[in-house]
Amino acid sequence: MAEESSKHLEVALVAAERVVWEGQATIVIARTTDGDVGILPGHAPLLGLLQGGTVQVRTVDGDFLVAAAPDGFISVANDRVSILAENAEMGHDIDLEEARRELEQALATGTAGEADADEVRAAEARVRAAETAS
Amino acid sequence: MPATQRELKDRRDSVTTIKKLTRAMELIAASRIVKAQQRAQAAGPYARELTRAVSAVATFSNVDHPLTTEKPNPKRAAVLLLTSDRGQAGAYSSSVIREGERLNQLLREDEKEIVSYVTGRKGIAYYTFRQREIAQSWSGESDAPSFAWAREVADKLIEAFLTPTEEGGVDEIHIVFTRFVSMLTQKPDVIRLLPLEVVEGEEAPADEDVLPLYEFEPSAEDVLDGLLPKYVASRIHYCMLQAAASELASRQRAMKSATDNAQDLIERLTREYNQVRQSAITQEISEIVGGANALADANAGSE
Repeated sequence: MAEESSKHLEVALVAAERVVWEGQATIVIARTTDGDVGILPGHAPLLGLLQGGTVQVRTVDGDFLVAAAPDGFISVANDRVSILAENAEMGHDIDLEEARRELEQALATGTAGEADADEVRAAEARVRAAETAS
Repeated sequence: MPATQRELKDRRDSVTTIKKLTRAMELIAASRIVKAQQRAQAAGPYARELTRAVSAVATFSNVDHPLTTEKPNPKRAAVLLLTSDRGQAGAYSSSVIREGERLNQLLREDEKEIVSYVTGRKGIAYYTFRQREIAQSWSGESDAPSFAWAREVADKLIEAFLTPTEEGGVDEIHIVFTRFVSMLTQKPDVIRLLPLEVVEGEEAPADEDVLPLYEFEPSAEDVLDGLLPKYVASRIHYCMLQAAASELASRQRAMKSATDNAQDLIERLTREYNQVRQSAITQEISEIVGGANALADANAGSE
């Protein structure tokens, strides 16, 4: 039974002001600064910065979830995966049209400053998450 | 006669209005405090996970980061003072300001120059009235601080911390805020924010002999680089949430005693009013009786 219980991951997607999603998953795919990592049960402890801003989760029930987690990071230890991002959101909670509009707006403002570039990246992540979720 | 009936009545009416006001404010504060506590609870997981991650990096790697390194000879210290935006909260703002003054005194005795950062209109007013310099101030969200707000403050403070001292940077940062102990007790408190004192020692796996050796992507330095500013923001947010809950609790208490006082005052004024009214009636009666007697005497004399 001990073997059984370690066959899934305890995943928590946490934003600054609330827990966005919490549940059990079979695999978590996140894009870190070094590329995509897929995390399966029994993964070695890991701390990584998220780059792409989206995280994909396959739950134990077979559902496929996508979340936008711009400027976040992921920590894995003892089959516990925590994804932390100030403005984490689930893909299916995002209004795709609105996210697209925001992205266009962010692009229009330009990517000159560092803050602007961050904004564009965050908007892109939201659009991508919403697209994948729908 | 000390006061006329009408004066007393007017006074009682106005106190009644004040009582209604303070009672309303008390109820508002009471309902907001529940929200503030919920917000503090909701922010818990993020802070906890972040602390866990930071202490993991600190414990399992030997990386020195500018934000955790003590500067050898601290000369300039920043003090972030968290006060409220609005009054009517009893001694809330003045006691946290007093705590701040105490800290300033201590720092000055250590021959450190003080750079003040203030949030909340009450603190800003206190400083500007005394014509003290404020490096930066924020206001508007003291009773419901959002994370974005904390982030803004954190960014400014980190920037100041990373600037070399000669160029106007600071060597350490303290936060003065009010800790929410319970509904009845709120205590002004000081913590040192930077350089960070990372609480080391994520509980090592008890049953197994191997410590989790973290892999870092891309590298321990970069991860720490990304994590620490978030950690600082989260600490500030925590302090702000505590301060907000304290502010509301002390407002509720202050308004409750104001309501009680108003009630006492109303009772006293009502009694006084009744007395005045009664004595007026008594006087009127005795005047009538006196008048009637005089009339009767006059009539008796003429017949």
